[in-house]
Amino acid sequence: MMRIPLKSGSRFVDKFFKIGAAMAATYVLAIILLIVVNLISGSAPVWQKEGLGFLTGSNWNSEEGRESYGAAPYILGTFVTAGIAMAIGVPISIGIAMFLSELAPKIMRTPLSLIIELLAAVPSVIYGLWGLFVFRLYLKDWVETPLHNMFGDNSVIFAGAPFGLDIFTASVVLAIMIIPTISTISREIMLAVPNSQREAAYMLGATKWEVFRLAVIPYSKSGLIGAAILGLGRAVGETMAVTMLIGNSTGAAAFPTSLFQPGQTMSSIMANEFAEASQAGLHMSALIGIGLILFVVAFGINIVAHLLVARVIKSHEGAVQA
Amino acid sequence: MITVEQRAEFRKHFRYNVGRRLVIDKIVKGVVFGCVILAIVPLGSILVEVITNGSAALSIEFLTQIPGAVGSADAGGIGPAIQGTIVLIGMSSLIGVPVGVMGGIFLSEYGDNRYGRTVRFFNDVLAEFPTIVIGIFAFVMIVLTLGNFSVWAGTFALSIIMLPIITRTTEESLKLVPITYREAAFALGIKRWAVITKIILSQAKNGMVTGILLAVARIAGETAPLIFTILGSSQFMDGFNGPIDALPLRIWRLSSLPYDNAVAQGWGAALVLILMVLSINIGVRYIVLRKKGRGLKLRMRGGAL
Repeated sequence: MMRIPLKSGSRFVDKFFKIGAAMAATYVLAIILLIVVNLISGSAPVWQKEGLGFLTGSNWNSEEGRESYGAAPYILGTFVTAGIAMAIGVPISIGIAMFLSELAPKIMRTPLSLIIELLAAVPSVIYGLWGLFVFRLYLKDWVETPLHNMFGDNSVIFAGAPFGLDIFTASVVLAIMIIPTISTISREIMLAVPNSQREAAYMLGATKWEVFRLAVIPYSKSGLIGAAILGLGRAVGETMAVTMLIGNSTGAAAFPTSLFQPGQTMSSIMANEFAEASQAGLHMSALIGIGLILFVVAFGINIVAHLLVARVIKSHEGAVQA
Repeated sequence: MITVEQRAEFRKHFRYNVGRRLVIDKIVKGVVFGCVILAIVPLGSILVEVITNGSAALSIEFLTQIPGAVGSADAGGIGPAIQGTIVLIGMSSLIGVPVGVMGGIFLSEYGDNRYGRTVRFFNDVLAEFPTIVIGIFAFVMIVLTLGNFSVWAGTFALSIIMLPIITRTTEESLKLVPITYREAAFALGIKRWAVITKIILSQAKNGMVTGILLAVARIAGETAPLIFTILGSSQFMDGFNGPIDALPLRIWRLSSLPYDNAVAQGWGAALVLILMVLSINIGVRYIVLRKKGRGLKLRMRGGAL
């Protein structure tokens, strides 16, 4: 048994401890503030030169003397890849969450959620490696080539001979990567739905699917949207796997028109061109500027998502207790 | 009066109605189960590929030697990368763990006010931040200021990634300690800091260790922030002010080389990394499941909620 620390120092130690804890908590806020300040000061040269054209332009030339930077293709590329990843990932994630929270037999639930969570633990560079040497080839032969042959060059989004290193491959791998995030949060939100809701629906003779559709979904809707937006935040910021798979084109060529063409996202161009940029040059400033845009986008997405998820969990906890 | 014929007709309608609904129910169950399979297949494929391709590269030399010259027949090893990853994890933990734990203590014990809620909110936001942004921030703040790529910059970036995870899990595990423990201690006249450090923390130890280990597993696999901070190197560490190597960074570099032996080494490095990360994850979850049941486990997802 532990000795009871009755002589626990003066009131001064108590104050000191509290201040220490408060300082540690303030560190988080300070870091966020420092991120904003540093990214703005680091990217100032490119904003001065390009103005708002940095957001809308598509030139990307790092040659000395003819330097010109526009981030529009990469901003668009980020949203397109993240959007496709969401279109694939969200329905699958909701399905997984439904299975884990409503259908799976008790003994299967824990191991299955463990497996899904392990998917989130695999480092992104390993997804990239796997995508580059394994998944890309399957996707090219089994999905991209048939789609291309079926719709051909006449359709815009399937134009271009599939090579595997393109927007589509990057998006599919991105979808695989965001599934664990969305499905684990969705599952928790579904588990937070009070059982009385389900029981009421069962009592009316509803099948499992009808219970899900009539009782669970309406109750957890905004939380599920929040979970999806959190997944979007992750997809937007994901770097390594995308960098290794998207094919990395620059300038106007990086505008995402066809699914089967190389593209570029905000994070991938930062990772790719960092080594080529000199430390104090305009090129580096442009990359930092893209970092600033990515910061703003991710910050906005995360704030919306956390507000939605937090509200649902809170109101439901209240409902359960009442 | 309902006739026998009408009754038969009602029964037919009823069967048709229920039958249709049951069929839909079956279809949905099938689709949903398919979703689960669809998510498990990639994990299985990744594990199989990494293990089969990676185990071919494993040897004592591979784990301890420096990489050979690019493109040469002797590919060398990944010794510096393993060393670098271990150094970075240790250094980042030195910053991330104390600050994170103190932050968690603040949120749990002193944080029931507007300031606490603000910090909690931004802590959650920071946990989901694109790590590449944190990397380029560390580049601007540390590398450009000090003038060179260094272990310090990498440590700074990774500690920022660790911090919100540890803060969150510490807060959650402190909150699981029953309020009666605090009340009993206060009733004995023990000062608050002593209650927290000597009584509450010892009860919440398991949850906190879990959070710290998950944070370590997370930063072990981070690549993007390292590109901007430690640069990578093919030599063993040469002081804290110089660049070093790290496993994820080495995997990335190796995978982009057009040589078969480089790619084979990339798989080997991936095997080492994935063994590290997954063993921490599985081990932690196994212990948590054994010790505390489900309630704690649900709260152990650092930053996800």
